[in-house]
Parts: sequence; structure tokens; C-alpha cells
Amino acid sequence: MSINGWLQIAVTLALVLAVVLPLGRFMAALFTGERTFLHPILSHVERGFYDAAGIDPAQEQGWTSYAMAMLAFSAAGFAALYAILRLQGVLPLNPMGLPGVAPDLAFNTAVSFLTNTNWQAYSGEVTLSPLSQMAGLAVQNFLSAATGIALAMAVTRAFARSGASGLGNFWVDMTRATLYILLPLSIVVGLAFVALGVPQTLGGAMDANTLEGASQVIPLGPLASQEAIKQLGTNGGGYFNANSAHPFENPSALSNILAIWAMLAISAALPITFGRMVGSERQGWALLSAMAVLLIGGVALVYWAETAGNPIITALGVDPSLGNMEGKEIRFGQAMSALFVAVTTGLSCGAVNAMHDSLTPLGGLVPLLLIQLGEVLPGGVGSGLYGMVVFCVLAVFVAGLMVGRTPEFLGKKIEAREIRLAVLAVLILPLVILGFTALAATLPAALSSLNNQGPHGLSELLYAYSSAAGNNGSAFAGLNANTPWFNTTLGIAMMLGRFAYVLPVLAIAGSLASKTRVEASSGTFPTTSLLFVGLLVGVILILGGLQFFPALALGPIVEHVLMHASATF
Amino acid sequence: MSSPALFNRAILLPALRDAVWKLDPRTLMRNPVIFVTEVGAALTTLLWALEPDAFSGQIAAWLWFTVLFATFAEAVAEGRGKAQAASLRQARSDVQAKLLLHPDTDDGLYEKVNAQTLEAGDVVLVETGDVIPLDGDIIAGVASINEAAITGESAPVIREAGGDRSAVTGGTTVLSDAIRVRITAAPGETFIDRMIALVEGAERQKTPNELALSVLLSGMTLIFLIAVVSLWGLAGYSGTAVSVVVLVALLVTLIPTTIGGLLSAIGIAGMDRLIRFNVIATSGRAVEAAGDVDTLLLDKTGTITFGNRMATEFLPLPGVSAAELASASLLASMGDETPEGRSIVALAKSDFGLQDQSLIGAVLVPFAAQTRLSGVDIDGRHVRKGAVDSVLRFAGVTAPPEFTRAVDQVARSGSTPLAVADGARLLGIIHLGDVIKPAIRERFAALRAMGIRTVMVTGDNPVTAAAIASEAGVDDFIAEATPEDKLAYIRREQVGGRLIAMCGDGTNDAPALAQADVGVAMQTGTQAAREAGNMVDLDSSPTKLIEIVEIGKQLLMTRGSLTTFSIANDVAKYFAILPALFVATYPQMEALNLMGLSSPQSAILSAVIFNALIIVALIPLALRGVPYRRVGAAALLRRNLTIYGLGGLVLPFVGIKVIDLAVTALHLA
Repeated sequence: MSINGWLQIAVTLALVLAVVLPLGRFMAALFTGERTFLHPILSHVERGFYDAAGIDPAQEQGWTSYAMAMLAFSAAGFAALYAILRLQGVLPLNPMGLPGVAPDLAFNTAVSFLTNTNWQAYSGEVTLSPLSQMAGLAVQNFLSAATGIALAMAVTRAFARSGASGLGNFWVDMTRATLYILLPLSIVVGLAFVALGVPQTLGGAMDANTLEGASQVIPLGPLASQEAIKQLGTNGGGYFNANSAHPFENPSALSNILAIWAMLAISAALPITFGRMVGSERQGWALLSAMAVLLIGGVALVYWAETAGNPIITALGVDPSLGNMEGKEIRFGQAMSALFVAVTTGLSCGAVNAMHDSLTPLGGLVPLLLIQLGEVLPGGVGSGLYGMVVFCVLAVFVAGLMVGRTPEFLGKKIEAREIRLAVLAVLILPLVILGFTALAATLPAALSSLNNQGPHGLSELLYAYSSAAGNNGSAFAGLNANTPWFNTTLGIAMMLGRFAYVLPVLAIAGSLASKTRVEASSGTFPTTSLLFVGLLVGVILILGGLQFFPALALGPIVEHVLMHASATF
Repeated sequence: MSSPALFNRAILLPALRDAVWKLDPRTLMRNPVIFVTEVGAALTTLLWALEPDAFSGQIAAWLWFTVLFATFAEAVAEGRGKAQAASLRQARSDVQAKLLLHPDTDDGLYEKVNAQTLEAGDVVLVETGDVIPLDGDIIAGVASINEAAITGESAPVIREAGGDRSAVTGGTTVLSDAIRVRITAAPGETFIDRMIALVEGAERQKTPNELALSVLLSGMTLIFLIAVVSLWGLAGYSGTAVSVVVLVALLVTLIPTTIGGLLSAIGIAGMDRLIRFNVIATSGRAVEAAGDVDTLLLDKTGTITFGNRMATEFLPLPGVSAAELASASLLASMGDETPEGRSIVALAKSDFGLQDQSLIGAVLVPFAAQTRLSGVDIDGRHVRKGAVDSVLRFAGVTAPPEFTRAVDQVARSGSTPLAVADGARLLGIIHLGDVIKPAIRERFAALRAMGIRTVMVTGDNPVTAAAIASEAGVDDFIAEATPEDKLAYIRREQVGGRLIAMCGDGTNDAPALAQADVGVAMQTGTQAAREAGNMVDLDSSPTKLIEIVEIGKQLLMTRGSLTTFSIANDVAKYFAILPALFVATYPQMEALNLMGLSSPQSAILSAVIFNALIIVALIPLALRGVPYRRVGAAALLRRNLTIYGLGGLVLPFVGIKVIDLAVTALHLA
């Protein structure tokens, strides 16, 4: 680790911090129906959509109709994307003449982009046409992110309102999230990427003559625009298989900073939006602080583990001063790779600028754990916020009893119904991740996909299911996931991780919205203090993480101790 | 009511027997955490029976102990209630009742019947020495009654027909006079019957917070079940054969058995604490609600001020010294045994250093309702004090203007003026006012720090009420309060989502008592009031509301603290068991053996033993409750989080290590 490295990390995070307040306030204004500076330009377009679809924007939806609208919208999105992928061969904008995608891969990919996971069991540049990328994947990159934001706003309103039956209107929230947030930001960030050298073309590929005189096909496409929404919407599905490690997707140290900034911006601003809408910006900062503590802890651990290097390689006579550089890009270096690793998994983004499979065991433990903690640090756009609210509900319940009152969060009493639903939600991740991993670990058909044996092989399996269930989408690699078994089970894991989680959360929102909001007194448990931040961190680690400890012990942890005993696999 | 010590032989021995009975899986099903532990215990016992070895035998034994300790905790908590129920049952003996044959006439003819055959609406005659057969209302007569059977207080109380003191309770004894009582409760539904059912926990249902906590604990059990079952698959991949016994041991140590085992004991003990405080709650829900109370409606008289007005000042007329007025007041009050009279004597002595006067040869004129004055005739002097108009009539003078002004001034402040005269000479006025109880202001400040608003309810006019309110430091007051005002105030607060507690005793308090979230009826109150409230205070002390709130808070705090402790324990248990599980396959795992436990088997056994023993160790805390401090929530949270959160993290590291040393020394593993 070096001061210089930490400075790079600090500057990047400071750039994020700078946008958190204005963006958070802007979103709060937008979702409470106030006019923003973008309204003069966009409000006509917005109204046009409602008119065309026959939506009454003033119509409030209860939690069930909100959920039904979201599910119907997602089902339609799935059908459209699945059709595009299967029919790719006969559709236009296919300069390389790529065939239609196989059913299991099309299912997996459609679910993946629908759930904001962007798990990619294929290499984009040799499997998908620009039409599939733009009209298929990129559309879902916008819509799945907007859906996440909409859901988070519904949950936020549950606390902001008192004795209400409605949580807002899904169609309105979704439209506004796309039109006022994702689209304008994508245009700005996309142009910035172009300025930093990311290609943007509809031409198919270029032929190049290499230094050896050989000829090489270099795939190209509308990269900058894809890249912008891939990062902003915490999607993470790269145009290329190498994702943000590819020099076209992420050509320089500056573009790397921009990529990290774009990943974090909306998710980090949403807690402030939450705080502002519930009438306590301090609450937003408290949530953001808890997220930041764990995330920065993760960055530090990766950075430390990676610069400490691998004693086995050092023993071979390799200069250890750079640390473990396997799978990393020299142009980013250790610090900014560590930051990217932690951020992309603390968020459910899943873009990668270094190969996670090549991280040291402890360096690889961090992304795994950050995903397993529930993708709340700060999590995917929207999904991170509502996941965090579930943890808040649990933290307030456990500790709130300790002050001798029925626990309440932001003036809403947390009772048996909310706890039952919150437990249902937090049950999903361990059930899906551990269940599928254990199942795969006993199936020869699944094990044949592994590149490595021993604990590292287990980490690869565990990572795949964690990434899918957490809707992260990054891969540990080292696993041939494009098989019917993995395409199907990972697809199911992604669906459960998104929908089986969010439905109980929406039900909590519905139940809380109807409760009367009680003003806080000195007898209520303060949820904006440093103590609460500490408590929240503890609850996330213990209730969210402890159940994964045995699996992690058999994967990265044992690999770490074995590495120091010079064992390889 | 008797208050048994925390543990004694009379409770422990039956509790041990009950603990075994409670192992019945059909009853244990209600407690999922302990039920899973029992299933684990049964499974390990079966495996041990199939393939006996010392290690799995010990694990099985300790798992059974874990379950047994949990059922024992509940049995002990219940045992304390049962002891109280037994003493209550004695009061409900099968008494003979004198059923009046013609209740509408005064012929007094009655028939002796067994009390159990009475019905509501019957009228019975109860005479000196008789036990009142069932709950009822006095319709004629007045009597002094010993209510020790329910209140534990042997001083007799007066009950009379009409008004707010007409209710009598079955099982209490008439000490003098005779009354006619209309029975209001059928046999088996009387106050004592309900008390017995409550202290025995027969009607115990999970309270809302307890239910929510049970859901969370069940959820955690399920999560760890997933983790342990999946570990079986993962360990297989890693080439480690993990025995089922060890997996069960891991599961039981990870699931929240500590709080799971103590949860119902905590609830029963909370109810029990209230009963030992001479307050009967009709449900556990009411006790919990007490902890949540935001606003206390307190009657001024008896709670904030002393029940009677007291002399606070002597106001002499011009030409009279204060000492002279005090001396005359003292003389005039010597024959006045009312609390007001005694307070005048006390004030004269304390403020003017006067002594009791010799009354040899004096003629005392005691206070009488007709004359409304008292005094003494001594050495030819006729000293009187009393109601202003009475004293003026006695003195036969018209009031001088300065006298009238002073009288008006005292009256306007909400106090009572008493006039003092020596023969025809008016001396001045005694100011009889409300005296605020000492330290009540600090009490209210502490409540405010706890986040509880206090509202004073008084019949005084707004000016007086405001003065007393600001002196006592309450947050708000209702002046010239009618029962409707109280009800309206409660409703208004509840609309804002706040929970209200109040106490009352009159029939006209009943609607407000029923509307309040916590309504404490006085035992001396009417039947209607006692039916409407969800608690009855056997001591009839309005100040108790404050303690009731604290007992409610203590109940919730104990649950929360032990839950936090239980969950925090898991970290250490992982570090004991996981390295032990895999060290055979990966010897390097020894690095995770932070506690330096001597062998894998000892590590697992020690964790299981710790997990069982901690339940027993915490039974006293569960029964006594986590101490409540009158500080704000933030300070309370910091304190409890440090003790039970951090303590829960650290303690098992030490405990498991110590047990490991013992296990190794004894060659148990």
C-alpha cells in the first residue's frame, strides 16, 4: 500500500461525495413531484408517455398493485429480450452475421439483464450483434435500473407518509427515473467516455495487422454509450468479455475514475434522497456512513492483500514490490484495482477491471463477502437502498428493545408483521447461495465446469451463485458457466435474488405506510447517531454475513492459510 | 401479597419436575429454537445408541441439558406465580352466602346457600365476620372491610352504598356492620379467579413484541439450518467427512438458544414483577404497552400534591404580629384532628418555634361539619379558626376591607383561606394550599429524559392549575377537568400515534380508562372502573403509574439485551467449532483456533457446554430483569449495547476457553 495509492482512492471517493448531496436532493424533489431544472425540457416528453399509455400519473398504487405493475413490466421486458436474443440471426444490425442465441443461454441472459445482474455466460463481442446489445441489453440496462430506483422510492414513501395506503405509482416512478436521471446522466457520462477515448461506432469490426504481421479482427461497437449506462445503472454487463479491463471499455486511469464514479453516484446519492423524503437528511447520512465504513474496510483489505502479494510467487524469484499483479491492468495499478473490486461488489454492479479469479485468497474473499452481505454497500441503484432499509428494520428491532420500547424506525412501529417479512427477505440470499452451491458441489455435471480444484474451485462455485443471487453479475471466472446446468440454475438464482427479495420488502412498505408516524422523543432510539451506524454495521455483518462463514472458511479462508503453507491447486 | 425470594426450595423442586414434563415435543413446538434443539438432541442420542462413543454421548447429553435448562427457566418463572396463586386460592374458599329472599323489602329474610350457586344479580346480606362470597356492589349499608386477602394490606377500608366506594371483592371479610351486596360476577369469573389465572400464567399468550421476536429467532434458526445443511455438501466437496453429531452441535450453538430458552421466562417474570408490586395486569399486552407509553395522565391530588391541603402561610391583619396569629392558630387547632388542622399545628411549630400548649382547664371545641370551625376556650379567651363566614359569624364583626382583600387573594390562587379570631378580634388568615410532593419535580424531569410527557389533571381553575403545573414541572395540564375532557385529551393524543397511560377510580373515569392504552384502576374504585382498566392497583396509589411504565420498559429491555447477547455469542462459537471441523483435512486451519483449544473434540464439546450453561447462568437476570435507568434512550442504548453486545462478543471466548481447560483436565475429550 502507498500514500499515493490511498490518495487516488480518496480523490475518487471525494468526487463521488461531491455529487451525493445535489443528486440526492434532485432525486428527492423529482420523486415528491416537485419541479426540477429539467422539467422545462422533459415534462412534455413525460406527459407524452403517460398520454400514450393511458396512465393517470396522479393515481396512487397500494403495495400489491405497485408490485403487480412491476412484475408485469418485468415479464414483458423478459419476453422482449428473450425474443431478440433468439431471433438475432434474422434481425438487422448484425454485421458479423451472428446466429440466434441458444435457449438456455438466452434465458440466462434475459433474466440476467432484467434483474440488473448482467451475469454474462458468453463473450459479448462474439455472441451478440449490435442490435442485441443496444435494443436488447442496453434497454434493460436502463429499465432494470429504473425499476430498482422506483422500488426504492416506494419503500421510502412508506416512511415518509403517515396512515397512507398508496406507495406512489410504478409507471410514473419508472418513467421519471429513466427520463430525468438515467438518460441525462448517461448522455453526459457517455460523451465524457468518448472524450477519454472510448470508441462509439455502429461499424462492426476492424482488421488490423499486428507487429508480427498477422491479421487480427478487432470487434468494435457503440461502446461509450453502453459503458455509461452499464456503470450508472450498476448493470456491469460489458460489451467485451474482458469488461472494464478491456482497453476500449476503460482506456486510461482517468476513464477508470469516471467508471468508478459513475458506478457509485446514484447508489450513494439515494440514501440522501431517502433521508430528505422522510424529513431527516441526517438519516440519509447515517445510512451512507454505515455503507461507507464497510465498503472502505473492504477496499483496504483488498488493497492490503493484493500488495502483500503471494509468497509462493515471491519464492519463485519474482520481485514482490508490486504485489500480486496477476489479472490486473498496469494502467490502473493496485490501489484503483482494489477500489474497483470493492465498489463493483459492494454495489451490485459487477463490472470488473481486474480478474477476481486472480486475486489473492483474502482479496477474493472481499468481493464474495460484499455480495453475500446483501448488496447494500451501497448496493445496486435502488436495490441497495431498500436492502439497507431491511437491515435497519432488523437492527432497530433487535437493539430497539434494549431501550424498553416497541422498536420504531422513523416513527413507524416495527411489529411482528414487518419482522416476518424482513426475515423472509433475508432468508433468500443464504437459501439460494448456499443451497445451489452445496448442490453444485455434489454434482459431477456441475463440477466438470471448474477450472481449479480444492478451495479455489469452491470459491469459484460460491462466487457464481453469490453473484447471481445478489444480482451482481461479476464473475470469478475460472468457471465455464455456459452450460445448461449453470445457465438454468444461475437464472433461477438471479430471479429469486431480485423478485423473491423485493416482494416481501414491498409488503413491509405497504404495512408501514399505513401506520401513523409518531414524532420522536428522547425515549425513542436515535437512528442518526454514530452509535446507530456502528450497530447497523454490526447487524449487517452478523445477521447478513455470519451464515456464510462456514462456506467462506472452506473457500478463500482455507486457501489463504494454505497459500502461506505453499500449497497450490 | 407475598413476594417469594428469587429462588427457594419450594419453587425449585417442583420446577425441576415441571421442566421434565415440558420436554413434551407437543408443547415445545411453540418455541421453535428449543424445539430444533430437542430434535438435535434426539438425533444425536439415536446416533450414539447406534454407534456408542464417549464424544457423541457427551454431546447428546449436553444437548438434552440445553433443552432442560430452557424448560427449567420457564418452570421457575411459572413456579413463582404458582406460589402466589396458592395463597390466593385460600381466600376463595367455598363460603356460605346469605341469599336475600326478598331483596326489594327490608324483611331481611335470607337462605344460606353455597357461594358457588350464586348468579350475577343475586342480592346477599353480609354481616360482621362474614366473607363476601363474590364480587359485587353494595346497594345498602356501610361497612369496614379487610381486603388483606387480595391487597396484603390489613388496615380496614370503608365501603358504602352509592358513590365511588361501593365495589366489594369476593374473598374479602366484613369487619363491622352489615351490607347488602348485589353480585356482579358469576363464580369462576371473580377478580380473585382472574388473578389466579394470571399469576399461574394459565391464560398466557405471546405478547406482540414477544411474537415478533419469536419470528426473528425462528428465522435465524432457519438461516443457520440452511448454513449447516449446505455445509454438509461443501465439506463433502472438500474431502472432509463431517459427522452428523458435529453438524448438530454446530447448529445448536449457532441458533439463538440463549434467548430462545429464556424468552417465555422473561415474559412471565415481567408479569410477576408487576404482581409483586401489587399491580394486576389483565394481559401481558398491557405490561408491554406500559413500556411504550408516551404520555402519562396524572391526577393532581395524591400524585403531584399531597392528598390534603396544608397550611403554608399565616397572613396577619394590620396590627397583629405573625407570631401572635400563629400562636392563636396553634391553640385553635389543638382540638382539630383533621389533616388540615394537623398541618396548621406543624407549620406553627416549624416556622415560629412554638410548643404544644398546656390545655389544662381548657374547653376544646372540635371541628364539626355543621359549625365548620374549631377552637378552644382557655383562660377566658375564645380562640377559633375555620371557614371565613363561620368565623365572622362567631366574632360578630363585619370584615375590614384589608381582610376581605386577603381572603380574595388566597381564594383566587386556588387555595383555601381560613379565618382566625380571638373572641371578637379578627387576627388574620391561614393560607391552606396544595403542597407539591418533595422530589416530584425531579421525577418528572427524569420522565422527560425518558421521553415521557406528563399531564396533570385537576379540577382547579386554569390559573391555579397553571401555577401548580409550573411548580411541579409537568409538561401540560387539564384544568377544570371533566371525565369527558380526559377522554377527549386521550383521543387527541392517540390520533398522533402516542400511547397514553392514566389511572382512575370513579365510574365516570371508566370510558377514559378503557380508551387509554394503559388504564390503571384503583382497587378502591368502582366495579365499572376496575372492569374498564387493563390493570388494577391493589394499593390504590396513583403515583404507581410511573413504576408501572418502568416495569414495562424493563421487560422489553431484558428481551432485547438477551437477544443481542445471544446473537453476539455466535462469533466466538464459530471460532471454536469451524477450525475443529476442518483441521483434519486442512491442518493449516489451526491458525483460526484463536482460543488455542486443546483438541477438535474438546473445542466442539466446550462450545456446546458453554451454550447450555449460559442459559442457567442467565436465569436470574431473566427473572430479575435488566436494571432500568431513568436516562434517555440514547444513553440506555449505549450502555446496554456495551454490556450485552460487546460483552456477548467477548464473554464466550473466555467461557469456552475455561471450559476447554476443564474438559481437558478431566479427560472428557
